[in-house]
Amino acid sequence: MDQDIDSIAREDAALKIAQNTCYHCGQTCSQDTITADEHAFCCEGCYHVYDLLKVTELCDYYAIDGSAGISPDKSFFEGKFDYLDLPEVSAKIIEFTDGRLSQVSWYIPKMHCSSCIWLLEQLYKFNPAIRSSVVNFPEKKVRITFEPEKVKLSELATLIASIGYEPYISLNDIAGEQQKKWNRKRLYKIGVAGFCFGNVMMLSFPEYFHLGKDAFDESLRSTFGWLNLALAIPVLLYCASDFFKSAWAALKGKYLNIDAPIVIALVSIFSLSFYQIVSGTGPGYFDSLTGAVFFMLTGRFFQDKTYAGISFDRDYRSYFPVAVSVLSGKAEIRTPVTDLKEADIILVRNAELIPADSVLLSPQALIDYSFVSGEAEPVRRKKGDTIYAGGKQTGPAIELEIVRKVSQSYLTQLWNNESFSKQKEDQNKMLAARINRYFSVIVLIIATLTFAFWFVILKNPETAFRAFTTCLLVACPCGLLFSSTFTNGNLMALFGKNQCYPKNADAIERLSKINTVVFDKTGTITRSDDAEVAFIGTKMTDQDLAMVKTIASQSSHPLSRLVVKSLAHIQCGTQKLSYYVEASGSGIKGSLGNQIVKLGSAAWAGEQKNENDLGSSRVYVSIDGVCQGYFMIKIKYRENLPKTIEALHNHGFNTYLLSGDKPTDQQYLAHIFGNDAHLYFKQKPEDKLAFIATLQEKLHQNVLMVGDGLNDAGALQQSNVGVAVSDDINNFTPSCDMIIDGKQLSRLPAFINLARQGQKIIKASFAISLIYNIGGLFFAIGGQLSPVLAAILMPVSLISIVGFTTIASNIAAKRILKN
Amino acid sequence: MSAMFVMIIASLAIALAFLGAFLWSVRKGHYDDDYTPSIRILFDDSNSDETKTKPTDIH
Repeated sequence: MDQDIDSIAREDAALKIAQNTCYHCGQTCSQDTITADEHAFCCEGCYHVYDLLKVTELCDYYAIDGSAGISPDKSFFEGKFDYLDLPEVSAKIIEFTDGRLSQVSWYIPKMHCSSCIWLLEQLYKFNPAIRSSVVNFPEKKVRITFEPEKVKLSELATLIASIGYEPYISLNDIAGEQQKKWNRKRLYKIGVAGFCFGNVMMLSFPEYFHLGKDAFDESLRSTFGWLNLALAIPVLLYCASDFFKSAWAALKGKYLNIDAPIVIALVSIFSLSFYQIVSGTGPGYFDSLTGAVFFMLTGRFFQDKTYAGISFDRDYRSYFPVAVSVLSGKAEIRTPVTDLKEADIILVRNAELIPADSVLLSPQALIDYSFVSGEAEPVRRKKGDTIYAGGKQTGPAIELEIVRKVSQSYLTQLWNNESFSKQKEDQNKMLAARINRYFSVIVLIIATLTFAFWFVILKNPETAFRAFTTCLLVACPCGLLFSSTFTNGNLMALFGKNQCYPKNADAIERLSKINTVVFDKTGTITRSDDAEVAFIGTKMTDQDLAMVKTIASQSSHPLSRLVVKSLAHIQCGTQKLSYYVEASGSGIKGSLGNQIVKLGSAAWAGEQKNENDLGSSRVYVSIDGVCQGYFMIKIKYRENLPKTIEALHNHGFNTYLLSGDKPTDQQYLAHIFGNDAHLYFKQKPEDKLAFIATLQEKLHQNVLMVGDGLNDAGALQQSNVGVAVSDDINNFTPSCDMIIDGKQLSRLPAFINLARQGQKIIKASFAISLIYNIGGLFFAIGGQLSPVLAAILMPVSLISIVGFTTIASNIAAKRILKN
Repeated sequence: MSAMFVMIIASLAIALAFLGAFLWSVRKGHYDDDYTPSIRILFDDSNSDETKTKPTDIH
């Protein structure tokens, strides 16, 4: 603590006090302010960045987007990135190297504005060994080219961290498979398909307008036919290869997926057209074939592009630090967590995640388990206690001895639960697939009957073959597939506009069948960043409050931080803090001038009566031994929570609450949820998972789980639809089916309603495409389906279906989400 | 009327050239990021030495 007092004293002497906004980060400087060059800074971190930019003449940064800077992470410490220099780590991180130049691509979560782009592209000014840095803003990545002989990877990471943009390097980058890079192949395929489609259309035009029968027209016809065939081959073999692969993979797994009928249709169109060209009996249907492939590819491309920045499948590896400090003797070595062995001694600093189950060697620790259990308040642990992986130390650094390797720790065991290996997406169960199955059978029967009729009764084998294939062709399920793909695709875009991001179309279909909604408490229905703080007791003067604030700001305890936040309007005095002590479990004590201020539990502050209220936490204040009263700190629930739950009840949903926390606010929550029996407290992660499984198996419910932390990961995975709540969608959320912005949670009933409407729209558009199919079949059975008719029917049915689904889903969204 | 065949070949060749141009631009990474360049172009060039903010891909 000596160090703290020391630094405070130093700061106090050097800094003037001014109420202003920070020149660097733009936040109101409520506490001690640093003034330099006529600019105010809210903290030392912001000032350092400014200083660094000034030295390198990069102050233009502030001219671009105003005060948009980022204060560097307080938890940063010297040597944090040393592990990057280990050969086995750097080999995984460096994308490319030729010995002289290397390239890394780092994810920078804090990138947020044009100033960020500008500064990150000026890195070469900080260090000439950095050749260039190029930002990809949508992916929040910066690709840095540097000379590995002159600048180490760790120095590079430290430089970026020192200007506020700490790169996020997770265990996933090192232990896991590299994330798939942006796929340029898809663009190639679309380009080739578009080229072939356009040219086939052009070459088919003469056929639509009836070529004559003379010799020249005949030779044109055959030239066009062969050219079309040549253009269609790359479309079938290259552009459509993904459909073949996916259908084949499904077939090997002994089921038919949605791509199987597409493949059958493509192959049958191609063989029929091929036969017609070779035998000179017709112009083929290559225009329909290439067009269908082109449209399907573009549709899928746009669907995926919207989702490029959001990651849904994260496991514990995305959360864990890459390396920790291992102590051997006195030396501190940064070691990748995958290399940790039993009996290793590790050093864990403030706000660092504990990577493996271990025993505490330091006298005491304050562990924040909110990440794992949802328990909001940190727990105290003594020397010799076992500490489970996933906790975060709050306060000074602690030493721990590893008991179990990372992969065998309690938290990682959760991922071995079978619910994590099971695939929720069963394409067989999708509406389109189910309808398709009947549809395919019916079409096959009709085609066979037609064939038999022409062949056996009318004895016309040629027309029989043609009628058979055109039946299959015209009744091609493409229209049906389009209706579901486009409706769901448009719905996904509409959901996205309202800050709710479903993982895929299947998630929307499952959302429409939900009848039970289960909520997590901490961070899901409560605000993680805010609380109601009220002072109850004798009114204190501003000077007293200033003392309270000065002392509370010394502690990293969450309650102290909330007290400081609530006193934002109070100026800290210039008085020096002459004495400060933190007593674990009871409170903090400090003296300013000749007054002694105590903050903490009732007993600590000398208050006799200690009313225990589960709904709130209390911080008692005493000045010179006289208790002044207490700060009452209450969890803040999200706005509109009662309304949301009521809306869910009105629509007939069952609601439950699963909390890892102790039972606080039980009365209030029972009132909202309407039933005490639907509230479950002190639920461990595996309890939550089991609870969801029971609802599904015993009560046959389709469960939607809303959660936020790692402690909900199992339940999110087990549920039919797992929804992760996040106040910043680029933050890390557990593996889930849908990510929803915290502010939009109140619209959950509307989203479910919209998903249900979507299913109705799909059925309606099926009906429309069926009309076209029946019309086409009518001609096909008669053996008179001409290429002109096919060429008209195909795009018209497509456009009308796409138009219908788009308009209908937009209208539905407007109606449902209007407020 | 054999001009017709020449025309067809010419039109296909031109279309192929455009396809080639498209494939080349995708290969060079022109479609990897369709947002950042629009911001980058608005920055003033700093008065100092040759600014190397152009993407230098060494793949």
